[in-house]
Amino acid sequence: MARRTHRLSGAERALAALCGASMVGAIAAIFLYVPTDRIQGIVQRIFYIHVPLALVTFLAFGITAVASALYLWRNEPKWDRLAYASAELGVLYCTLVLITGPIWAKPIWGTWWTWDARLTTTLILWLIYVAYLMLRNLATDPEQGSRYAAVLGIVGALDIPIINRSVYWWRTIHPAVLVTREGGSGLTDPRMQWTLAVAFVAVLLLFLWLVQVRTRQVNLQARVDSLEKTILESA
Amino acid sequence: MIWDLIKKDLRLEWRAREMLPAFLLMGLLSLVVFSFAFDPARPVRREAAPGAFWVAYLFTAVYGLGRAFVAEQQNDAWEGLLLSPVDRGIIFLSKACSTLIYLLLVSCILIGLFTLFFDVHWGGHSWSWLLATFLASVGLSSLGTLFSAISMRTRAREVMLPLLLLPLVVPLFLGGVKLTERAFAGKPPGDDLAWLHLMIGFDVATVVVAWVLFEYVVQD
Repeated sequence: MARRTHRLSGAERALAALCGASMVGAIAAIFLYVPTDRIQGIVQRIFYIHVPLALVTFLAFGITAVASALYLWRNEPKWDRLAYASAELGVLYCTLVLITGPIWAKPIWGTWWTWDARLTTTLILWLIYVAYLMLRNLATDPEQGSRYAAVLGIVGALDIPIINRSVYWWRTIHPAVLVTREGGSGLTDPRMQWTLAVAFVAVLLLFLWLVQVRTRQVNLQARVDSLEKTILESA
Repeated sequence: MIWDLIKKDLRLEWRAREMLPAFLLMGLLSLVVFSFAFDPARPVRREAAPGAFWVAYLFTAVYGLGRAFVAEQQNDAWEGLLLSPVDRGIIFLSKACSTLIYLLLVSCILIGLFTLFFDVHWGGHSWSWLLATFLASVGLSSLGTLFSAISMRTRAREVMLPLLLLPLVVPLFLGGVKLTERAFAGKPPGDDLAWLHLMIGFDVATVVVAWVLFEYVVQD
């Protein structure tokens, strides 16, 4: 039992190896294999990182919502730890989306930021889950913090479709300053599609591996805390 | 039972008169600050009016919601309330209702003050402004009661409530601003009727979700 907690299991090693290999593959594909975009030029290559990051962000917050609901329903700490790890990495990925987006937007749109529907929703998403992490850290009692965070995780996930819809209407009623559509439509070259697929797999595997490492670390932290408590009580 | 709890909140407020005056001064002050922000001689002031109203309303509401459970924190009144033979859902609904009553009172006065300071012309289409304010108050009091119960037991609770609440109520804010813009321009809601539907949907969803989840917030 004690040995298992600080040694990687076979599955974990395989996941780490796959993640590393796909990372190398994605970097090679982005910088060497994929052709340069005819209109946007070299900067378009950031797309192959930006879009997978955004997709995995949604996955991460989805996992948080489901795990939060399971935690409130079953009251098992393992769901709470999964929700926490996933939310933390979701915030990390969302931050990277918000950093890579402007880097791409500046040369193409001529501005770092526009109040476009998708950008605005992503920023609000980030704000909600940063508040989620703060709520956990500022709770006076860890178990209470877990429950409060689970409530926010569920409310947030249910609210996001309504927020997305309202922000979309808000922008479509206003005249659109920029009508550049990102992604999707321009990917006619199969090499571009392959690069996107490999980059997505790499970003997804990295997320899964990090979630697993972080969950295990939170588990160990909980064990250390309970051992500490036992020692203090017996002393 | 729910009426008894609402009456208790209202009677407490009537006797102490703590929340409402503070609410009102807060609303008045934000209107004054907005008047300074926009040059009164320029047309930008008229264009900014719907936004100014909604920011003032939101700040006043969030400030007031933070005080929703202040009375319960003294003399262990909260434990007493939880120990009473009442369903937790009823406690939530009664608290949300009394908060809604405060919010509606405050918005009535805020609307009056706003008409005075920003020279709003009332017409046949002003109802959409009033309805939007009512719908926003319903959504804010349900989500606000839930997150007020949460933030009251965290450190830095004054900051925590706006941080939790403001991103979540973006749809209410956007809908309110849109409908108010049309109302101030003296136009019928037209296409913006969709915002009314969105706000109603938001209210129904948040009341149900907050009512269900409240039980998990107060369980201990």
